[in-house]
Amino acid sequence: MSPKGKMVQGGSAAGSGLLSCHVCNLVSRKPRFSMAACCPRCGTAVHFRKPQSVQRCWALLIAGYILYVPANLLVMMETGSLISYRKDTIISGIVHLWKTGNMMIAVIVFVASVVIPLLKLISLTLLLISVQRRSRWRPKQRTRLYRMIELVGRWSMLDVYVVTLLAALVQLGSMALVKAGPAAVAFGAVVILTMFASKQFDPRLIWDPLETDFSREKAQKTL
Amino acid sequence: MADGPAQLIACHDCDLLQREIPLNPGCTASCPRCGAVLYRNATDSINRTLAYALAAALLFLIANLFPILTIELQGDRASITLYGSVLSLWEQQMRLVSASVFVTTIIIPAVELGAMVYLLLPLKLGFVPPGHTLFMRTLQRAQPWSMVEVLLLGVLVSLVKLTQNFKVIPGIAMWSFGLLTLLVAAMASTFSSRDVWARLDQIKQRRVAP
Repeated sequence: MSPKGKMVQGGSAAGSGLLSCHVCNLVSRKPRFSMAACCPRCGTAVHFRKPQSVQRCWALLIAGYILYVPANLLVMMETGSLISYRKDTIISGIVHLWKTGNMMIAVIVFVASVVIPLLKLISLTLLLISVQRRSRWRPKQRTRLYRMIELVGRWSMLDVYVVTLLAALVQLGSMALVKAGPAAVAFGAVVILTMFASKQFDPRLIWDPLETDFSREKAQKTL
Repeated sequence: MADGPAQLIACHDCDLLQREIPLNPGCTASCPRCGAVLYRNATDSINRTLAYALAAALLFLIANLFPILTIELQGDRASITLYGSVLSLWEQQMRLVSASVFVTTIIIPAVELGAMVYLLLPLKLGFVPPGHTLFMRTLQRAQPWSMVEVLLLGVLVSLVKLTQNFKVIPGIAMWSFGLLTLLVAAMASTFSSRDVWARLDQIKQRRVAP
């Protein structure tokens, strides 16, 4: 089991036939005669790369794109009182916030529920296409992009929480009416689907095309 | 653990194979190829993380038992807890939204804090908690879905929106959520799974060869 001996300097673990465990970070050698490998320390199933990463990520991402349409076109929140009644989509809600003088909040909601989901969908598409074409273009920046998506994705849930709190609180008082609209479901689904999609994506795939370059160089040197 | 497997490490973002080097306290090792953080030498990681986790668990209870916001209009009052708002949304037939809020703000943070205490308390007392690999795995799976800090921002945005029409009184739970966010962030920054595994190995070895 112990991965001693040849270690390709500057190469990937997978290139040296070594598996790294994503739970306990232990690096182990793949057992020679079995397909499935388990981490010798913690027993987690380990793979060289996340299985079917690209396909699964595409599936979730496309579902995200499809739901992004109703999330933006349908009504997110209905608000009514004795004097006024309005139905807001995500965008019109932000415009309303801006017009009523809450510019700070309007910007926060705009970033969380428009900029971040779009950025996430587009970035993941870009990453997937570049990985599928085995692109060698700026791997460091692409990895950084992936890390950024992972970091900011969660903040899109903001609008879902706001709708939940407002709908529950105002309903209870029976002084006015706030209702969550169908867009809340679609929007929540977009956020969750894209989070799953970015979890499925394996950033190590970005570096694999460079790896083959490296081993080729190495092979040429030894020849 | 002087030689062999423990010394090799692979970057989780670019899979670059490299050898571990000892770090000064408070320093981080990052991958030379892609810049990902590989591991940290967090000072006194297990004790500090346990302290933060216990404090966070207490605040989590307070945050869930007391009302977050109270609104008032012409003497009419309404206040709500987090669970109350989840329940109310469920009754308004927004079941999917309600369930996702319930899972990301109540269930997952509870699981995360519970698992943290379950793992770290026995380690501090010097024995291996049964089923620790399951809990380590759970902890890692759960972490991205725990959204206390997003909820806090949501509460603040709702607060501003409500002040347009109502008199709003922030509840104890809102302040608790604020503190909880800080504690969870502190917990995440001191927690080092590498230290937990090292301690587990240490205790196991001591038991095998007394």
